[in-house]
Amino acid sequence: MDFQFDIFIAAIPSLLRGAVVTAGLALVSICFGAVIGIIGGVCRISRNPVLRYGALVYVTIMRGVPLLVTLMFLYYGLPSAGILLEPFTVAIIALSAVNGAYVTEIVRAGIQSIDPGQMRAARSLGMSYSQAMRRIILPQAIRRVLPPITNESLTLVKNTALVSTITISDLLRSGLEVMTWKANTFSPFAGVALIYLLMTLPLVWLNSVLEKRYRMR
Amino acid sequence: MTETTTAADRPVVIRRLWKSYGSNEVLKGISLSVERGEVVAIIGPSGSGKSTLLQCINFMEPFDDGEVLIDGRPIGLIQTSGGTRTRMPEKDLNTLRREIGIVFQQYNLFPHLTVLANIIEAPVHVLGLPRAEAIERARFQLKKVGLHGKEDAYPGELSGGQQQRVAIARALAMQPKVMLFDEVTSALDPELVGEVLATMRTLAEEGMTMIVVTHEMAFARDVADRVIFMDGGMIVEAGDPKEFFSNPQHERSKAFLKRLLSNGEDTKDAA
Repeated sequence: MDFQFDIFIAAIPSLLRGAVVTAGLALVSICFGAVIGIIGGVCRISRNPVLRYGALVYVTIMRGVPLLVTLMFLYYGLPSAGILLEPFTVAIIALSAVNGAYVTEIVRAGIQSIDPGQMRAARSLGMSYSQAMRRIILPQAIRRVLPPITNESLTLVKNTALVSTITISDLLRSGLEVMTWKANTFSPFAGVALIYLLMTLPLVWLNSVLEKRYRMR
Repeated sequence: MTETTTAADRPVVIRRLWKSYGSNEVLKGISLSVERGEVVAIIGPSGSGKSTLLQCINFMEPFDDGEVLIDGRPIGLIQTSGGTRTRMPEKDLNTLRREIGIVFQQYNLFPHLTVLANIIEAPVHVLGLPRAEAIERARFQLKKVGLHGKEDAYPGELSGGQQQRVAIARALAMQPKVMLFDEVTSALDPELVGEVLATMRTLAEEGMTMIVVTHEMAFARDVADRVIFMDGGMIVEAGDPKEFFSNPQHERSKAFLKRLLSNGEDTKDAA
């Protein structure tokens, strides 16, 4: 073991710069993923076959292809088709799309877990389908699926490490750089691991706050 | 011509209603007119089609043939230029449904909303009432069902009887032309049935038009203006409640009432 406290301390500023990139990517992708997931979940149970099958195809592809492959395909593959994207654009597209696919399935299951009597009551009061979905069904469904969505978000935070393969100086890549620069492997990676762990804690906390607040009385 | 004029005066007119699930015919040509302020009780054995009939009135269960008029306006199916009939646009359906209040066996209150929010939800977001006006309306209805002061409670904090009365208040807040009650006391503990029936009795006395599918024979006898006995998707017998219960005409009505008497209170659970 070659843990050296001074290297560990010296690595911190550089690791934190990487952590900011990682946190930013994760946050943006969690938000996009949530929006995609809610829309996707509603489409998955739509009576419109285009929406229903469209959402199914999307989910199947994004859950079936490894994230690393998606990143590489978008960043290294697409340019040969004349499409050049910035690394950050690629990262956000890929992370949001994958997260959105998982959240889509979570939201769909959440909607289907709500008693059909809720929709019947809402429609009987004269609400349109979309009004009933937005105001009655989704608020209940999303409260119910907060824990699995938190799980997905934690996975996403850690999956952002894959963007280091497409030249982005995220937390992992910053660690790799410190390793090369200081010729020490243990200390920077201990810092990297610790920071990933710390970044997941706010999400866990947020989940418990929301769960308490939206507890069904 | 005279028939359509009278139909416009009636909150609900049902003509030759047919409905089947696959090969199973549940409604076989039901016709029924309800006068303004009339309380109609629909009774009959399980599977007789009475709940389905109720759900057809606001087209939550689409019927196959026949028509339902709400204040003279057809709901559900409309005539196309080609002469066939098709489902009416959802927008028109939603508008017509505002006129029809319905209370369900399972209450179906919105568990994520407070009592007050449950009641003002549709007045604000469907009718477009100003919030303050909707709240005033909600408080009035809450007082009427005896739940003044429960505005901020969540449905899960209330007893079944209280929840069902909130459900009644929620439907009333839309100021419907007719109220439909679908076995509203069947899911309640016996000691809570009375408070809900009392609320319904008050409504009836105030002149609300009501169609009540029920297993509460005492309610049907004492409160209803007319009793409809359904069996096998058809109206077997209809008439004055006192007359029906003391002197049923049809064999099937007799058998049904006899079964009720011999089972006593157990019938409600068996149904």
